[in-house]
This record gives sequence, structure tokens and C-alpha cells, in this order.
Amino acid sequence: MNVLLKDIAHGRSGDKGDAANIGIIAYDDKGFEIIMKHLTAERVKKHFEGICLGKVERFELPNIRALNFLLHNTLGGGGTVSLKHDAQGKTLAAALLRMEIEDA
Amino acid sequence: MKDKIRIASGQGFWGDLIDAPYHQVTKGEIDYLVMDYLAEVTMSILQKQKNKNPDFGYARDIPDLMKRILPAIKEKKIKVVTNGGGVNPVACAEAVINVAKELKINDLKIGVILGDDISKRIDEIIASGSELNNMDTGESIKNVKDKLLSANVYFGAFPIVEALKRDADIVITGRTTDTGLTLAPMIYEFGWKPDDYNLLSAGTVAGHILECGAQSSGGNFLGDWESIPNMAEIGFPIAEAYPNGEVVITKHKNTGGRVSFETVAEQLVYEIGDPVQYITPDCVADFTSIKLEDLGNDRVKVYDVKGKPETGFYKVSCSYADGYSASASLTYSWPQALTKAKAADKILRRRLELLNLKFDEIRTEFIGYNACHGPLSTKLDEDLINEIMLRVAVRSHDYNSVERFGKEIAPLILTGPPSVTGFAGGRPKPSEVVAYWPALIPKKLVKPEIRIL
Repeated sequence: MNVLLKDIAHGRSGDKGDAANIGIIAYDDKGFEIIMKHLTAERVKKHFEGICLGKVERFELPNIRALNFLLHNTLGGGGTVSLKHDAQGKTLAAALLRMEIEDA
Repeated sequence: MKDKIRIASGQGFWGDLIDAPYHQVTKGEIDYLVMDYLAEVTMSILQKQKNKNPDFGYARDIPDLMKRILPAIKEKKIKVVTNGGGVNPVACAEAVINVAKELKINDLKIGVILGDDISKRIDEIIASGSELNNMDTGESIKNVKDKLLSANVYFGAFPIVEALKRDADIVITGRTTDTGLTLAPMIYEFGWKPDDYNLLSAGTVAGHILECGAQSSGGNFLGDWESIPNMAEIGFPIAEAYPNGEVVITKHKNTGGRVSFETVAEQLVYEIGDPVQYITPDCVADFTSIKLEDLGNDRVKVYDVKGKPETGFYKVSCSYADGYSASASLTYSWPQALTKAKAADKILRRRLELLNLKFDEIRTEFIGYNACHGPLSTKLDEDLINEIMLRVAVRSHDYNSVERFGKEIAPLILTGPPSVTGFAGGRPKPSEVVAYWPALIPKKLVKPEIRIL
């Protein structure tokens, strides 16, 4: 069964210099199992092709059913250097929730 | 020792809801009001203001705010801790004292934390063997030394604790970590020691939850946001702290918003890196140890937080001038809104090329289509789009190129694709690009200074 990430998780994103951070939180334990298995750093890197130009790091926070991703070289230089409308990556958590997970 | 204290967040950034601190001190019981005013970009802005006028350089909302809340905080014995002193905490404190005198409050004690500004000590610090290399790139600070706008060390909670011990009613700091503002009252009230790393980490986590204001009490909530009640009168978060390190996040009754597992969890993952190593000058908190329990009625317990010793270094945040930028926008309507906006962008870029202007980057975004999610945006059926806003931004080390870019926007209205509007407010002016230089400095090279005014 295919699952839209938005239906099983929520999250928040922001900036850390030129890197964006995206925290994704599953609504329940079943959802956390799914994101632990499918939401790999590689998968996230591929999802943000053309946006994230650096590496993606994944960190786990099982107590709160969350994963944190650091997307390096993503915000066009960060701070006031960035020419992006969303220079702080505030909307990138929503962009990740667009992901469809097959055979979840 | 008190068996609990209530610490209220009053501002998530400089420019946050002006009335939030007033509501925090008047709508219920609190012991401390903490207010974070300083984003990274703020320090360079404040430094520029101070360069123009030596009495400026702090968050100038503070005196007006104090005028409103001083009577209540004196009466209820609420203490205030803020980093709104920016690059001039003494001037900020003096302004508050003047306001107090107007209100006939003459026994106000203000603690001021100084020593974070190292902008005039760079050569001396380099000479003493600290390279101040860029933490991210490893580059030597010598490359940007002459362009520095500001250089500040992030102090932690302990200088604030010292000021509280010296009976300060209000503590005004320069660059202090957001988390230190909330942690300091717990250390002071509960007698926590500098090596109580689990307790310091618990207070640090509470500080992280409070530091962005209502972002932990229902604001900017990506879960079921439509179910958040009465966002118009959103209540800012309050940390109810206990001596054993347990903290309950809550808000005043009869306010809007929500404090739940989900709203707190979203703030916990905000702007963090490796959660095992949340580094502050006070401790290294382990965010993976945090446990949350939703107690209902807008109360969430945060407990079992673990941490490790601090690193022996302060983080330094320098800013330097790095060229100029400008952005402009025009709106195109149906029919073919996106096609027209794309054509206008192409015409503009060709003109900039023919003028031989020099840019480090030109960026085009189509607001209403792809400005937020770029290539992830859903493809659009042009017949269904009512309008698209073309946004073009440029950056260059050549001021004249950026200025000339600003003069090429309005002409597109009469010399480009049709049904275009939305050019108002005159030609976009070049603004200075401020770049950041994060570095580390051994703690022994910097000493916080505490003054009581």
C-alpha cells in the first residue's frame, strides 16, 4: 500500500547556516516504523534533487518518534547571502511531506 | 528553595507579537519573563545603529515594553531576563532605568552582562594562538578580518545567574544563548551546580522549547493546524520547572493556541543538528534522551533529559560585509500567466547581459508556482492559473550592477509581455549582504563582566 508521508507524519524545518534542518515526527508507533525503514538519507537526498546540493545526514530521536535530517548546501548560501524567497528553508518540511512511500 | 518556578517566554525574535510579554505578566502567575531578541542578522544591524549613534545598538522596543510591564513585575516580584541588550546592554539598561524613574520606581536593580563583544580584540586573540577559523569551511579569519561588522561570543546561563545572585530584578545581556536565558533562573533558584550536567541539560531543553515563543504552543504547527483554537489570542509557552529537572510546558488559561505532545515535539526538532550533541556553553544536551508526556489541558511533561560536560569553548559569531543584493517582483495575470512571467525573465536577463553587468548570482522564482518547493512543485495547467508573481533577485560585489538591475524592472511593464502589474514602491535599492563567520574560542580568552546598575 502506498502512503503519503503527510498522512503519517508532521514536522518543522529551519536553517543552520547554508544547511536546512528538517525534523519529521510520526503520529504513532506504526508511522515511526515506516519512516525508520523508508525515510533514509539517500531517499531524502533523491527527493530534494536540484534543491539539496550537498550531503544529507539522518539522525534518530525514537523517544519522540522523530527523525532529523540535515541537508547541506541547500539554502543558496544561507543568512542574508541567500537570494531564495525561502532563504531559511521554512517550507522544506512541507516539501518532504509530499513524498509517497511505496509498499509501506 | 522554591519547589517550582514558572518561566514565561515573551518574545521568539525581535519583531514578535509586541503584547505577548504584557499578557505573560498579567494573565496568570509567573516568576520569570524571558525574552530572546537576537537572531544572527540582528547583531550586525545593531552594530551599524551603534556606529551611527553610540546610544543605540539594543532592541529599542524594550523601554516602551518596560513602561507597560514595570508596575506589574514590581508588584508581583517577577524577574526579567533578556538578551535584547544587543551590542549596547548598558545603554539599554540606562533607558529602562529612565523609564522606571518616570514611573516613580526608584529601587530597580538591573544586571548587565558585558564582555561578549570581541570585535576590537581580533588581532590580540589571533596573537594568543586562537585562529578563529571558520567552523564550517576551515578558512582563516584573516581573509575577512578587514570586512568584519561584528564579532560576539555566545555566553551561557552562568553570568546571568551571577547577576541574579546580586539581586538584579532585570538582567540585560548582549549575545547570550537563547537557552541560557531560561536555564539561568533554574540554576539560581534550585542551586544547580556547573557539573550537574543532566539538570543543566534539562533546563537547556526547556530553553529550546521556549526560545521561539509560540512556536511550541500552536503557532507554525504543521500537524493538524486548523484545529488549533483561537490563534488570534495565542498564549506563549511557560516552563514550569522543578528542582529535579522535570519541566512542564504549559500556557496561561484563557489564551489561544495549544500545548500538546505534537506542538512541543515540532519545536524540539527545530533547527537542531546531531541531537546527541546539542552544544551550549553550559553543557552538551542529548536530545535523544528527552521524554515527553502529554498530561492534557495544555500541559506536557519533559523529563529524563541527559547531558554531558561543556566543551571548554565558546562559539563566536562574526558577521562581515560581502557585497550587495536586490530583489524585485512583477505580477502577470491569466491568460498564460506563467509563460508571460518566464518570457519577461528571459528578456530581463538578456538586457542585463547586454549591459555587461557583473553578478555572482541571478535567481528567478515564480511565486504561485515554485518559489517554495522548486522542482518538487506540481506541474500547473496554465488555463487554471489566475496569476503568477515573477521574482528576480541578484547578488554582486559590484554595487553599480545591483543598482542598475533595480532600474531594469519597471521598464518591463511597457516593453515586455502584457497584463502585468504590481510594481510599486520605486526601484529596489541595493542592500548590503551580511555573511556569517562561525568560530570557536577557548573559554579562558573571554571573561564575562557583570555590572549592577
